[in-house]
Amino acid sequence: MSRQQDILTLPHDQIEAIQLEGVKKTVIKCYENVEFYKKSFDAAGFNPYEIESLEDLAKAPFTTKQDLRDNYPYGFFAVPLSEVKEIHMSSGTTGIATVGGYTDHDLEIWGDCFARGVEFANGGADDVMQVCYGYGLFTGGLGAHYGGVAAGCMTIPMSAGNTERQIRVMRELGTTILCCTPSYAMHIADTAIAMGLDPKKDFKLRAGIHGAEAFSDNFRADLEKKLDFKVLDVYGLTETMGPGVAIECWEQNGLHLAEDHFFAEIIDPDTGEVLPDGEWGELVITTIDREATPVVRYRTRDITRIIPGECACGRTHRRIDRLHGRTDDMLIIRGVNVFPSQIEDVMKTMPELSSWYVIELTTVAHLDRVTLKVEMEQGFDFDEIRQIERLQKELEAKLKTALSVGVKVKVVEPKSIPRSEGKAKRVIDLREGVN
Amino acid sequence: MIDQITVFLENSEGRLAALCRTLAWANINMRSLVIADTTDYGVVRIICDDPQRALDVLTAADYRAISTKVAAIGVPNEPGGLARLLAKLDELDQNIEYGYCFSLSGDMACDVLKISGAEEASAAAKAIEDAGFKLLKQEDIA
Ligand SMILES: [Zn+2]
Repeated sequence: MSRQQDILTLPHDQIEAIQLEGVKKTVIKCYENVEFYKKSFDAAGFNPYEIESLEDLAKAPFTTKQDLRDNYPYGFFAVPLSEVKEIHMSSGTTGIATVGGYTDHDLEIWGDCFARGVEFANGGADDVMQVCYGYGLFTGGLGAHYGGVAAGCMTIPMSAGNTERQIRVMRELGTTILCCTPSYAMHIADTAIAMGLDPKKDFKLRAGIHGAEAFSDNFRADLEKKLDFKVLDVYGLTETMGPGVAIECWEQNGLHLAEDHFFAEIIDPDTGEVLPDGEWGELVITTIDREATPVVRYRTRDITRIIPGECACGRTHRRIDRLHGRTDDMLIIRGVNVFPSQIEDVMKTMPELSSWYVIELTTVAHLDRVTLKVEMEQGFDFDEIRQIERLQKELEAKLKTALSVGVKVKVVEPKSIPRSEGKAKRVIDLREGVN
Repeated sequence: MIDQITVFLENSEGRLAALCRTLAWANINMRSLVIADTTDYGVVRIICDDPQRALDVLTAADYRAISTKVAAIGVPNEPGGLARLLAKLDELDQNIEYGYCFSLSGDMACDVLKISGAEEASAAAKAIEDAGFKLLKQEDIA
């Protein structure tokens, strides 16, 4: 891992030099090998041979998820298919997936990037990593797996599902690092506790590397308490690689971007203008050394910001903040923008509620109606009905203040909100004229 | 004071039947079951022979169930039996959250009262006993 340590503390001007070299190569490679980029650069009047600074990249047009879909399956491949060793696809709600290709070199980089999570958790060869992200086309499983192997961990390829078996393996094989979605980690924790286990005594967990969905600080605190370990957030997306594009260090104050492999910009999602460090906007990524499917200015639709200043851990790679949600997670309710994470933040101020919720959108008399289904926390004394009514009213009032949208709160029975093994489904949109 | 099991149920078809089936399969005998409901959900209050086991069985079956201390007062199963108790409570100026009755045996009925607050509840229970009513224990129910 010494190779990693050197690169992670490289002075930032040297990182920028690597980035400039890489960005130059990427735009030329894309222009010369990918029909889409030839057309889009020409249409925008962008000359890929004239990049002199990283700021010059702002002249290049964006790449969107739709562009990738339109060129399914191989339109974005910049190398002959004979050089491609692996394929991943992101699930598309519209049916058409986007495809990412990986050469040997791309797979090695991926492993190295995710392995930084293990490094950030002060781990390595003595760790036992249990991967319960789904293995398959989804990048979570194999991405974490390659990272575990690259970091020298003993890596257990559990994939998702069969929670009781996950718990047995965790206990019997002495898992120290858990990799899965945060909601699945919470489900594992709740199930273990319900089975009568005491995670403090029965598990050897030290760290969890959890990503693929946004989670609040309160959710994290809850999970850390239940499993007696430290939770690190990991970010990534199939279109640029998979998990490992950015990972939180032990400081838990932002996710270090793998800046030697990715160049990040934050833009105003409405105007497309590049925003200065510190300002919230949409994350845009250009790959620096991706061979099979490089991308130029890919719009991730994820809302974050670059955290200004240096991290207390001493690593020099810039950090993105924990995600505020995705532009496509954003709900427009009666003309108001609402992120599910805002609802989660409000819920977390009320200890009577569990972490499970689902937002249901319907149309009543041509108007959007929002119903939030929540489960009560074990131990909440609901014997008197007015306690449940108070809980509902209090939550409704707090949501109204936080969102400026009226939400009807409905308390439901335990486990009536489905526990997911992959990404949690938080929103059910049944509105007329939507989807 | 005795233990009452309170269960939160959504108002959906078959939930109450499923609840009763779960208890029946565990061989738990209910002495009383009352439902307080709203449009969206109901709260089911159960007095049974083995409240601790009922709680365990329901929790294991993913019901949200809790155990609540309630006062159980034995009154003669005759006209005016309940009226005398309520008159006494009125006199004591006691705040009752809810109450219900069920018949215990041929000549005895049981009045269940929920009095808010642990201290108030035990003070009220004592006052009821001092007034000559019989306060029932868990054994009297089982
Ligand atoms: Zn750091």
